[in-house]
Amino acid sequence: MNNDQVLFTKEMKKDYTILIPTMLPMHLKFVETIYNYYGYNTELLTTSGKEIADTGIKYVHNDTCYPAILVIGQFIHALQSGKYDVNKTALLLTQTGGGCRASNYISLLRKALKKAGLSQVPVISFNLSGLEKQPGFKISLPILWRLAYGVVYADLLMLLKNQCSPYELIKGEAEQKANMWTEKLCREMTSKKFISYKKVKQNYKAIVKDFASIKMLKSDKIKVGVVGEIFVKYSPLGNNNLEDFLLSEGAEIVVPGLIDFCLYCVYNGLVDTEFYRVKKFNALINKFAYRFITKKVNDIRNAITENSDFMPMGDFEHTRTLTKGILSLGVKMGEGWLLTAEMIELADMGVNNIVCTQPFGCLPNHIAGKGMMKPIKENRPDVNIVAIDYDPGASKINQENRIKLMLSNAKFAKENTTNQKVKK
Amino acid sequence: MTKTNLVTDCNEILLGIDIGSTTAKVVVVDNNEIIYEKYERHFSFVRSKTLSMINEIEDLLKGRKIKIAISGSAGLGMADAAGLPFVQEVFATAETVRMLEPDTSVVIELGGEDAKVIFFDGGLDERMNGTCAGGTGAFIDQIATLLNVTNEELDALSLTHKRIYPIASRCGVFAKTDIQPLLNQGAQKSDIAASIYQAVVNQTIAGLAQGRKIDGKVMFLGGPLHYCKGLRERFKETLKLDDEHALFPEYGRFSVSIGSAIYASKQNKFYSFEEIISALEKANNQKSEMPHSDPLFKDEKEYNEFIERHKKATVKTADAESYNGNAYLGIDCGSTTTKLFLMSENNEMLYSFYDSNKGNPVEIVKEQLKAIYKICGDKIKIKSSAVTGYGEELIKKAFGVDFGIVETMAHFTAAKYFSPNVDFILDIGGQDIKCFRVHNNSIDSIMLNEACSSGCGSFIETFAKAMGYSAEEFSKIGLYSKAPVDLGTRCTVFMNSSVKQAQKDGAKVEDISAGLSNSVVKNAIYKVIRVTSAEELGENIVVQGGTFLNNAVLRCFEREIGHNCIRPDIAGLMGAYGAALYAKSATNDNSTLISKADLKEFTHKSKSAVCKGCTNQCKLTVNIFNNGEKFISGNQCKKGESAVNKETNIETIPNMFAFKREQLESLFNCKGNRKETVGLPLALGMYELLPLWQGILKNLGFSVKVSGFSDRDIYSKGQFSIPSDTACYPAKISHGHIEQLLEDGVDAIFFPCLSYNIDEKRSANHYNCPVVAYYPELLNGNMDSLKNTKFIFPFLTVNNQKELSRELTLFLSKYFDNINLKDVKRAVKLGFEQYENYMQAVKDEGMRCIEYANKNNKRLMVLAGRPYHIDPEISHGIDKLATSLDFVVVTEDAVSELAQVPKVNVLNQWTYHSRLYAAAEYVSHQKNAEFVQLVSFGCGIDAITTDEVRSILEENDKLYTQIKIDEITNLGAVKIRLRSLLGALEERD
Repeated sequence: MNNDQVLFTKEMKKDYTILIPTMLPMHLKFVETIYNYYGYNTELLTTSGKEIADTGIKYVHNDTCYPAILVIGQFIHALQSGKYDVNKTALLLTQTGGGCRASNYISLLRKALKKAGLSQVPVISFNLSGLEKQPGFKISLPILWRLAYGVVYADLLMLLKNQCSPYELIKGEAEQKANMWTEKLCREMTSKKFISYKKVKQNYKAIVKDFASIKMLKSDKIKVGVVGEIFVKYSPLGNNNLEDFLLSEGAEIVVPGLIDFCLYCVYNGLVDTEFYRVKKFNALINKFAYRFITKKVNDIRNAITENSDFMPMGDFEHTRTLTKGILSLGVKMGEGWLLTAEMIELADMGVNNIVCTQPFGCLPNHIAGKGMMKPIKENRPDVNIVAIDYDPGASKINQENRIKLMLSNAKFAKENTTNQKVKK
Repeated sequence: MTKTNLVTDCNEILLGIDIGSTTAKVVVVDNNEIIYEKYERHFSFVRSKTLSMINEIEDLLKGRKIKIAISGSAGLGMADAAGLPFVQEVFATAETVRMLEPDTSVVIELGGEDAKVIFFDGGLDERMNGTCAGGTGAFIDQIATLLNVTNEELDALSLTHKRIYPIASRCGVFAKTDIQPLLNQGAQKSDIAASIYQAVVNQTIAGLAQGRKIDGKVMFLGGPLHYCKGLRERFKETLKLDDEHALFPEYGRFSVSIGSAIYASKQNKFYSFEEIISALEKANNQKSEMPHSDPLFKDEKEYNEFIERHKKATVKTADAESYNGNAYLGIDCGSTTTKLFLMSENNEMLYSFYDSNKGNPVEIVKEQLKAIYKICGDKIKIKSSAVTGYGEELIKKAFGVDFGIVETMAHFTAAKYFSPNVDFILDIGGQDIKCFRVHNNSIDSIMLNEACSSGCGSFIETFAKAMGYSAEEFSKIGLYSKAPVDLGTRCTVFMNSSVKQAQKDGAKVEDISAGLSNSVVKNAIYKVIRVTSAEELGENIVVQGGTFLNNAVLRCFEREIGHNCIRPDIAGLMGAYGAALYAKSATNDNSTLISKADLKEFTHKSKSAVCKGCTNQCKLTVNIFNNGEKFISGNQCKKGESAVNKETNIETIPNMFAFKREQLESLFNCKGNRKETVGLPLALGMYELLPLWQGILKNLGFSVKVSGFSDRDIYSKGQFSIPSDTACYPAKISHGHIEQLLEDGVDAIFFPCLSYNIDEKRSANHYNCPVVAYYPELLNGNMDSLKNTKFIFPFLTVNNQKELSRELTLFLSKYFDNINLKDVKRAVKLGFEQYENYMQAVKDEGMRCIEYANKNNKRLMVLAGRPYHIDPEISHGIDKLATSLDFVVVTEDAVSELAQVPKVNVLNQWTYHSRLYAAAEYVSHQKNAEFVQLVSFGCGIDAITTDEVRSILEENDKLYTQIKIDEITNLGAVKIRLRSLLGALEERD
């Protein structure tokens, strides 16, 4: 690693603003709140629009993947907006350290800053694999603890909101409830009190019941699963507001949560040990983390099934078995085997219509996304997948036209099955 | 009229409207009978055209109850705006087929810009081309324009073809790059026409079938397939269909509109004629929603100032009638245009010519020379001549031109004339963007557009024609745009769909014209030059090339960089002018240019042949001139030429690409004691680790069969099972290697997955890229032919012999008897020895090459890339081209250990890529060494490495040359690049 990079020092913690890029608005709200509670001054960027990609193209190699162009574009756009003191601002970016290009976003961001004459701005790598450390920025155990709950809560809220929004009688009610809960939970997590797990479980129940009280239309909408490269899958900035578009077309969206991705990262450590017999010590930690999180997820699943008719998220213990015979668990770069597993999981849940999103030319998705569609369809002929590429030059009309085709087929298939049922 | 009846529940009027990217189609159905159909180009007046088409049939519709549905890519926005029902076009086609031809198995529909395939048998599956896979109808239009024939003529030509040239089928822009040199080299138009159709066929099959077999009853629909008989023939032949199984229904063009009518019949709502008209009018009156930029000029005054400023850069014209004395001729035989410039002793213009070469530059130059000799009469003597451009060698041979110079030198010479201190030259021509920085009065770095963003100038031209304008009119209109639309950057295929979007939103022609100019400019600045501010370009910028004669483009450029520049009035002739200036400076007294008398006798024939010099079997085009001179093109090396010209005795310059291939070739076939033969596909990571895997299997007693080096045929064999057509060529070609092994009848195929490569302890981690690491998984999932064979693709480690032995024992014993750990351990040990010996041989050969270069005073070229780039099909003979230019060629792995790994600004975590950095560092400190990086199109990782390698070299004042490679075999552009490199080096010396 390069030694002359700007470090985020302990002194900087006091008066620097740390910017966080848009990806999962709800999840990152928790991250923002939790870090601010620990004395940092973080701010979640909410900018959008054409200028973001335009700025990105100026400072990042154009053939780099779209998420890098957007994230770096958003940062530099913010720094150049005059809203922040560029000598008192730092940037936070996640780094997974896998074999994918994404591990290099941090480096590309630093290069872009240099090019933009902003090399004094420190970049903080948010990673759990010990890639880079910054003296002024800690992911301490208590913080991690709270972050974990934040992700879990946000996943739950996202899941419930997605299942309510298309049907609600009063438009916007689900969204409003999700926001209300986000605020409430954020407050709770940043109080001095120790967070007891009992209280957390009570919260699960209360959240589920609250959403179950939303008055909903009894109509049967087409369910559409959204999977793909993590940034374009979640970020409205990355996927041209895919969720809004699907909703406006009268579909219900099913988006697998972020916990699955976290579990996938942890589980890969276990696979590595099994495959290559290395890193045995890490394996112990991973094993602990894996058990811990899966247990928490199970508690949520139970809270959902016991208190409502909502469809709970998948069980990762089951998810990880789904690619058997199709794709090895050794495929661990990018979203790897999880992407394939999620498509199968959705199909098994009855969500046959899937949008697989990826940045144009995404390397891991050649294999785990587009490359696995044929084998998935061989076993499940009813699956209706459309692969959509995103990049600065791709036009929205092309993307929407393809999604519309997928939706037409979904409607056709649905009518056919209904007709067959009637005939019987 | 289509005599087809529908079966619906609706006895009233059904109105089906299909508005595609270029045409609008309307059908009217009355009581299930199609009573009216119309097919027209809409020239992007989407909404007004539709309105007028409906108004035309007022008689049929007035007073009737009507059900309506709109379809098509441009219909989407209009249906929304008008509040009328919309049906997705592929879905509409499926409706038509289900009703009219229910036993169809597969439908192939080609439209203006979309290609669609629908599979009905075994689970409905509908596919559209991806965003990269370019147009079809529009692509054929572009090629017809390029060949200067109408679509009908193109079709007629194709039916008389004798041979098919391989033309890249991935997207329109690539295909054009393949065609251009063929044209310049005098290939027959009929053969090119058929080859184009074949490319469309290959593209459709490779891009959309994705592993599913197209057979049974196949129906062909859409405009292009309705009009082009040659295209139909290509499809039938390629898919091996007889007349019973290939259906070309009379209603082919209307399948989507008929489907819309069927869809309409299922809607509940009836409309009156007046209601429909008012809905369409509402849509027609809607304002544009596209993001747009400011007008190009605030007011008339600003425009006039701009025009005045650019009038200053002019070349004086001398009157040829009254001029007496010497003259110098410059010829620029470019990719789409041919330019000639006759210059007086005072550098004035006596005569000039600029026109499309109409696919036959020899003929054009011949006519022009006749014209020039006529002007010259007895009083003007052509003292010297020079030619530059793509067709340089052809024209030089044909007409005995005195000098041939590289394009870059010609342009630099001309630019210096206008701006002696020029810092930066940008040339946007018909097919390519070239730019060079000038430093210390010599060309410092050269950037050419890669195949993907080419087609700039000719693109605007084709687009203008498609919209019913000449290129000149089209750009003039753009100057007055009030709201230029934002069409994005990237390649022209993307722009096509952005234009579609603009049309959808009802943008005006002038806004599209200005928007296109802006996109061309942004493409050049951000894709090719890659700058962030004008300061990086320097103070004195000269812009030239035919495209800059378009004032809208010039204005957009100045605005985008925020800096004025010089655009000579002869912007389109700069190459020719530079050549003329060169001819003058290098003149010798006896010009070899063809004489007036000989010109009268001049004839030119071209024929095709296959080179038998080596196993490559290059397809040659031989041009024969009446003076006995021959010009051979299509050859990858000098052998073809020397065979034709009966030369012998060519010096063999060391070429490590060839050396490595020889080393690997010795491992291709080995017989073992065991009865089983294991096949190894020579693709991706196998190129590096073949000695290891072959060594292990051999020492376990297996017979080993390697699929061998790639060629076009191998690629075609596996083309049909590629699921992601934007993956790199080295990955896609591996499908063919598997097919090859299966044909060879091996008992098992071994192709392991490796997340991690060999750890050379020179990088932070030692990953493979995702594609190299996991492609075998993809092959397993997508190649049906693998289902009946033992395909062994385990996840292995190559960094721990003990662990590898354990894993191999585990996996191999699943497939074979008598595998035990002890034997495997021994085999692994021997395998690694073989691998290490191979790597050592590579390094030794590297040393030998370096010594050879030093001793013989030659330049060393580190032709760097990935191990698989030595494949003759993947690198298309660039290594041979380099040796023909007198470079000693070495590979990156041979020199990477001769230098420290330099400090890089990125995470250095891939084994192959870390070698690039070290090799660049090595080159940086050698006087006679140059670095040329091969980059496969679609390689995501190289988006990261290229910038790093460039900065390592440039920090040490070395030139950086990058060559992007893909399916295309256009060595012409590579040649220009390497010759420019040589030119720049010679100037530096």
